[in-house]
Amino acid sequence: MINDILLSSNKAKGKRPYFLEDKTVERVLNITMAVAGELAVMHERLDTIERLLEKKNILQRSEIESFIPNSEEAEERQRWHATYIARVLRTVQQELEALQQDPSHNRSMEEIAEELGRI
Amino acid sequence: MDAKSQTPAVNLPPVYSLIARHEVFPEVSHDETARYNFLANLNRHLATYISPGNKIAFDKRVQPNFVAEHGRDFQTRDEVKEAMKQDPHYQSWAALRRSTMEMRQQGGRSMTLRQAEDLAKKVANLNAKSPETLILDPNLKTPYYLSIMDNHCMPGSYHTELFEGDVSNAANYDSGLFVTSGGMLGKYTDGGGKAIASWVLSNAPDFKPKRILDIGCGIGHNTLPLATAFPDAEVIGLDTGGPMLKYGHARAVALGIKNVKFMQINAENLSMFENESFDWVQTTMFLHETSSKAMVNIGNEIFRILKPNGLSLHIEQPQYTAEMPLYEQFIRDWDAFYNNEPFWGAMHDVDMNDWMISTGFKRENLLQFGARSINDNEDHTKPKAPEVEDHGRSAIWNVFGAWKK
Repeated sequence: MINDILLSSNKAKGKRPYFLEDKTVERVLNITMAVAGELAVMHERLDTIERLLEKKNILQRSEIESFIPNSEEAEERQRWHATYIARVLRTVQQELEALQQDPSHNRSMEEIAEELGRI
Repeated sequence: MDAKSQTPAVNLPPVYSLIARHEVFPEVSHDETARYNFLANLNRHLATYISPGNKIAFDKRVQPNFVAEHGRDFQTRDEVKEAMKQDPHYQSWAALRRSTMEMRQQGGRSMTLRQAEDLAKKVANLNAKSPETLILDPNLKTPYYLSIMDNHCMPGSYHTELFEGDVSNAANYDSGLFVTSGGMLGKYTDGGGKAIASWVLSNAPDFKPKRILDIGCGIGHNTLPLATAFPDAEVIGLDTGGPMLKYGHARAVALGIKNVKFMQINAENLSMFENESFDWVQTTMFLHETSSKAMVNIGNEIFRILKPNGLSLHIEQPQYTAEMPLYEQFIRDWDAFYNNEPFWGAMHDVDMNDWMISTGFKRENLLQFGARSINDNEDHTKPKAPEVEDHGRSAIWNVFGAWKK
């Protein structure tokens, strides 16, 4: 048996070029594009489901377009969006927290390790 | 309807579900299809909207800045390359293009690797039906120019077998050409082979080849159209990649094409073939994957094995000439450095006429013409928006060749 998961993402032989001035930004771009691809895959899957449901007369796609949530549903959905966005932008939030915190909240583990080894 | 409303604003690539499934074609799930659809659209978007911005950036700032700094214009495409590397628009495009190519490999390989054992079995079963038309040489050394890096950033390239009989990369190659070319090569990605067969039938109606050699045939996608166009001929596809040949042979058996044989041979040494033993020797998008010395050896072998009044043709992207602007040379050369096709630039600098004459052809018997993919994916019933040429990728080729007279 082969490890198809790991092998699928193998590097090709030859040095990988980077084009952006900051390699770390390009790394993030590559990850972001992969996620964008998976969102497109999910969208296409949902589109398939909608079309199949329509063909089976379970719902009409126009019902999706005209769907208006009631207040409870609306709140649940808005809460989903809020949670989702906060999850995605976690790193920005944490950097802002660090900016606002007392320096004692932001000591490096190297510094703390040195201190704990001493006291 | 007026003319304006008939003109579409967007040319969409064909959906992946149009691809032809033969018996050894990998099973493609719903999401794998969707992943390829995304990538084909991303490639189309980059080619249509983002890539032309490179020329705009070049004209508006890269070239003027260079002239202002150096007091002269660019003299080489390497100077253009170095200057473009500093441009933010180019950087974004290049980073995205590289990213799409890696995603295409990941998408295809995740699909074929998960079914690698099934693919190997299917191929072995089909190959067992016609063992005499697949001649492998397990001792053949992969040429240095193919082992020094992985062509097209396909991890493992053409020669790696993860286990005995593994053809996962060959299946990946077969599955993905549709995506990188935006379907321009047709349902069987054989638009190049069809174009060349059609040219020969139309332009040399009296030419009745009995023996045809296709060098660097890979999975035989461009070899099979030669076999179907010339059913009385014996067609031999030759390559160094064992897994490609195993898959390609099984693919030919699955498609019911019988007058083709696949052989694992390095084209630099065709000593197993006698002098003047082929009517037609073909290479299709192959020479740029060799090296300078290899091209000399291959050229000499082609001339030697060609019969008098025989034909040799080579399909490649347009050669770089002194008339081609340096910017165009630079952008056409991109895949050489960034899609692991490192001989691309040097090969496109070669004067093909000189190369063919050096092997023995006479100048008055040389040929050169343009060819376009014969593409059964195009919907001829709908109008098309003007196409933007995806330099170095478009299925529009130059063909070089000669009659041996």
